Amino acid sequence: MRDRTAMRAANRRRTRVSTILVFALGLFLAACEAPQSALAPEGPYAQAPHDLIKPVFAIALFVFILVQGLIIYSVVKFRRRPDDDGSLPAQVHGNTRLEIFWTVIPALILAGIAVPTVQMIFSTMAEPEGEFMTVEVVGHRWWWEFYYPDYDIYTANELVIPVDTAVRLEMTAADPARDAANGVIHSFWIPKWAGKQDVVPGQTTFLNVEAAEVGRYLGACAEYCGLSHVNMRIRGESLEQADFDAWVDNQTSPAVEPTDGLAAQGAELFGTEHNTDIGARSCAACHQVWDGEGTRTPGVGPDLTHFASREEFAGAIFDVDDEEQLRDWLRDPPAMKPMQPENAVGMPDLNLSEEEIDALVAYLYALE
Amino acid sequence: MTAGVHETTLGLDHRKLGMWVFLGSEFLFFGAFVSAYILYLDATAGGPGVEIFDIPFTSISSFVLLMSSLTMVLAHNAHVRRDMRRMRLWILATAGQGAVFLGGQVFEFTVFYKEGLNLTESPFASGFFVLTGFHGLHVFIGILLLLSLYSLTFTGKIKPNQDLKTEMIGLYWHFVDIIWVIIFTVVYLIPDLAMEA
Amino acid sequence: MSQSTMTTGRRSVFSRPRAERGFTSWITTTDHKKIGIMYFFTVLVFFTLGGAESGVIRAQLAQAEMDLVTAEIYNQVFTMHGLTMVFLVIMPLGAAFFNYIIPLQIGARDVAFPRLNAFSYWMYLFGGIFLYSSFLLGGAPNGGWFGYAPLSLDNVSNMAFYAVGLQLLGVSSLSAAVNFITTILNMRAPGLTFMRMPMFIWMSLVTNFLLLFALPIIAVALFMLQFDTIFGSQFFNPATGGDPILWQHLFWLFGHPEVYIMILPAMGIVSEILPVFSRKPLFGYAAVAFAGAAIGFIGFGVWAHHMFTSAIGPVARSAFALSTMFIAVPTGIKIFNWVFTMWGGKLRFTTPMLFSIGFVSMFTIGGLSGVTHAVVPHNAQQTDTYYIVAHFHYVLFGGALFALIAGVYYWFPKVTGKLMDEKLGKTHFWTWLLGFNLTFGPMHMSGLLGQPRRTAVLPEELGGSVELYNLLSSIGVAVLAVSALIFLFNLIKSIRGGVASGPDPWDARTIEWLSDSPPKHYNFAEIPTISHRDEFWHRKYAEDEAGKPVAVPAGASEQHVPDAEHAEGDHDGHHIHMPDPSYWPLVMCLGMFPVGYGLLGPTPWLIGIGVVWVLMGFFGWIIEPVAEGDDDDPVVEDPAAPRSGVAAH
Repeated sequence: MRDRTAMRAANRRRTRVSTILVFALGLFLAACEAPQSALAPEGPYAQAPHDLIKPVFAIALFVFILVQGLIIYSVVKFRRRPDDDGSLPAQVHGNTRLEIFWTVIPALILAGIAVPTVQMIFSTMAEPEGEFMTVEVVGHRWWWEFYYPDYDIYTANELVIPVDTAVRLEMTAADPARDAANGVIHSFWIPKWAGKQDVVPGQTTFLNVEAAEVGRYLGACAEYCGLSHVNMRIRGESLEQADFDAWVDNQTSPAVEPTDGLAAQGAELFGTEHNTDIGARSCAACHQVWDGEGTRTPGVGPDLTHFASREEFAGAIFDVDDEEQLRDWLRDPPAMKPMQPENAVGMPDLNLSEEEIDALVAYLYALE
Repeated sequence: MTAGVHETTLGLDHRKLGMWVFLGSEFLFFGAFVSAYILYLDATAGGPGVEIFDIPFTSISSFVLLMSSLTMVLAHNAHVRRDMRRMRLWILATAGQGAVFLGGQVFEFTVFYKEGLNLTESPFASGFFVLTGFHGLHVFIGILLLLSLYSLTFTGKIKPNQDLKTEMIGLYWHFVDIIWVIIFTVVYLIPDLAMEA
Repeated sequence: MSQSTMTTGRRSVFSRPRAERGFTSWITTTDHKKIGIMYFFTVLVFFTLGGAESGVIRAQLAQAEMDLVTAEIYNQVFTMHGLTMVFLVIMPLGAAFFNYIIPLQIGARDVAFPRLNAFSYWMYLFGGIFLYSSFLLGGAPNGGWFGYAPLSLDNVSNMAFYAVGLQLLGVSSLSAAVNFITTILNMRAPGLTFMRMPMFIWMSLVTNFLLLFALPIIAVALFMLQFDTIFGSQFFNPATGGDPILWQHLFWLFGHPEVYIMILPAMGIVSEILPVFSRKPLFGYAAVAFAGAAIGFIGFGVWAHHMFTSAIGPVARSAFALSTMFIAVPTGIKIFNWVFTMWGGKLRFTTPMLFSIGFVSMFTIGGLSGVTHAVVPHNAQQTDTYYIVAHFHYVLFGGALFALIAGVYYWFPKVTGKLMDEKLGKTHFWTWLLGFNLTFGPMHMSGLLGQPRRTAVLPEELGGSVELYNLLSSIGVAVLAVSALIFLFNLIKSIRGGVASGPDPWDARTIEWLSDSPPKHYNFAEIPTISHRDEFWHRKYAEDEAGKPVAVPAGASEQHVPDAEHAEGDHDGHHIHMPDPSYWPLVMCLGMFPVGYGLLGPTPWLIGIGVVWVLMGFFGWIIEPVAEGDDDDPVVEDPAAPRSGVAAH
């Protein structure tokens, strides 16, 4: 927590600096320092709509200036003067030619916008041309699950992809116990990679994403999904192909089996029995740690086989590296992130003792 | 304030115009339910589907309901002729036929339930029961209106030379019948024909 | 002899109340003017509540990671804010104007169904009370005003209150729609043809047709939601093949016309005010009227643009992109016509005029951002962000609310016979304009910079500029709150001691100003005969040989004279038959409480009590004695015969 507070303070300072910056540079230039900005595409599926909207914004700006200009001009020019003689102005009822003009011209402009809009609707929704990778996405309340069918990898909240490779997301929503009946609608959104696409229980929707740069990208669930909607963030991680291959190698390997000390105790506490009873006092009831035997079958909660290889957890709102945060989380999850275990949604408070937490933390950090 | 017909802009009594307007709204009410039903024709979740319908049985009860429109017209006709005895007779006949139709619907629902089609079974079942159920409710309200009209003819509230209420309830009744023609066609007949084809 | 004396002797439970002032006169009234005033003050209360909710929202989001309220409370508050502003403020404020102004502007003495009108009001009031009672009964709905299934089916979403409450409000609006459509179609003064109708009447007619056709669709959706939650039907359950997207289609098939239901009355009001204070007729009357009708019509074909990122295919996305762009054309026509109404006029910047110009200016911004939403590939970046929040507040606040407030200032003298304070009014306008733009202007930016909607906190990770824009928005709400207080103060001050306005303070154009201010119970001593569009103006001005308009000397106009005489002279109004007050609308509506609360559980016996109560109210309504020709049916044979039947029973 201390790190977090420090980070916040730093952010505050940055905010103050940026306040001055914003006023100095003008409001629009501030766009660059918003990490989840929809105005700074870094992939072709975000770039194309961006290029399409720019002229539309320009047209809108032009019409805005035109109309507001006409209003201001009328207000100034045609105001009643103090020396008004009380006579009436000419009683004009209309002007057919003018009216046809401002019916036809906007219609033509809109038609001009409509054609490329429709073209792009089809091109962005179609399968990517050439080679592409598929990732299956499941929106849960309130975290994201990613499954890589090519590699049999399960991970959570952090979507790792190779750079300059088109990825087609096959998305649905479900929870708990992967039961579509209890899923709600979410929306997948990493603005710098692509626009959003809703994720609907019982149906599959598709979204193409691609990263043009190596980096870490912010995203979030964009469709209101209940209590912890704001705590359902997404991280996009784009890696060089070689780094991605290394990541795949790590993720496809079975979990580390700690043999001694605290971590081994933690592994024992974690349990191995899979069942879907939420609230059962065993981590394995909901979370999978794949030991290399049998198939990888995900539980109700996120797959933790390589928990320590991730940077953030719990809907990407907490830092894995922050041990205090992890401890607080284990101590009482619903206090850290609003959840509804009584409604079978989210992680319940397991009443763990401090010793148990020590052991579990050691184990979790061992899961590289 | 009721202006006489001669005082209104369109030459129609307000209440008659208001009833037409209201029925326009009702049309969309059923339209939305029918659309949902069509959407869910195949969403039977493994349970019974359209094959469960007993077309001959429902045809008979539909025929009874259609005939009730005829008696409704006769009732209004009698009222216009100030023949209150016949008017009452036809009103009762109309309400009676409505009741027969409702009885048929209750019987049909019971049979379907026994055969495993119930409200919570599937979207198809929900769509069927709620759509036809709301229609049944409209018929039921119609019967209540008819019986109220019948009773009011004895109190002097409905007078032989004032047939507006009869006409308005008639409008409502014909509307409910027309909706049933649509429901019978879309819900029962077309899926049945499509299945056989 | 007046007929009311004939029935005086008979007092029974079915006698009609006759109080003309005091509490009883208000709760039993069937007078469209009193009902309009009740709508207005009820709206003020709900507006205060909705405003307070927006205060909570903006306080929570003023800085990143605040925990002023919990996520649960926040979700209830933003849901109720939306429901309140849409269903309990903007719509009924429109209804307040429909009530007060429509009969006066078409030269009628009341609406077609006065008791049904009272019924609409009580349903509205009780529906609002019902919705708000949820705060005391286990929590308000927290599934958003759009109530997306399957989240809204969840038992922790408290959406049962939403489903039942909206159903009650829907009954209110539907009965009002039937009433106003009948009134406008059937009660126009002699000579008031369609193309002579004031623009407010045109827009009211279109709005009420939209209500008529949109409300049954939301009723169906809400019934499905209720059946799913209460009886376990499967409409939206994906596990058995139910389709959550069906809810979205039905909701927005209602929800988009709903937007026009909120904005069209506002457009009508502005189309009345701009000509009066420009001293020119409305530019392109026919175009404005038909554009309004076109907007209403096309408004039923654009709903899926609320669902561009939902589970719908490219064909549907394209079709709705086209229809959405198409609807911008009639909207643009209106804006240019309003601007050119001012062009060449002699503008008087009274408060209603300022708010109307503010409307045109702000609504244009909302319209333009609307066009950017129609660019579907980029809509995927905009939707569900604060960019959308900015857009629809520019339409509904900068648009609808600005115009409705303009209407309040404009018709205040009509209702009270007094003027509102102009100085306070102008202070109200400028602070309102400033506060509004400060609140919602920055949201364009924070949305495009990636801030999603409906988040219970402002995530710190979105960056400093997003935080800055949010802070500006929160300051803007504080300015709006101060501005609203100025407005309230002005209202109270002017009601108590406003300057007498006289019958025609604005040199108006339409015939509601022909009646007294405030109007007599019966509105017009003699129903005016209409021979022109802008009839009242034509009674005051004529054109000289050069085509230049000149004032007609008082009393010189043939049409003007008899009316003035009658108003002062032999018309004391006693022989004018007006609808009597009635208890039954109120009694019947009270039965909706047991029905409503019974449906939540469900508790069958409570529903039973309610249904019996409502039915009793209904029969009481039907057999209530007819005091003054309210309900007697036209006699078939001789429509001109005196209504002697009344006294016969």
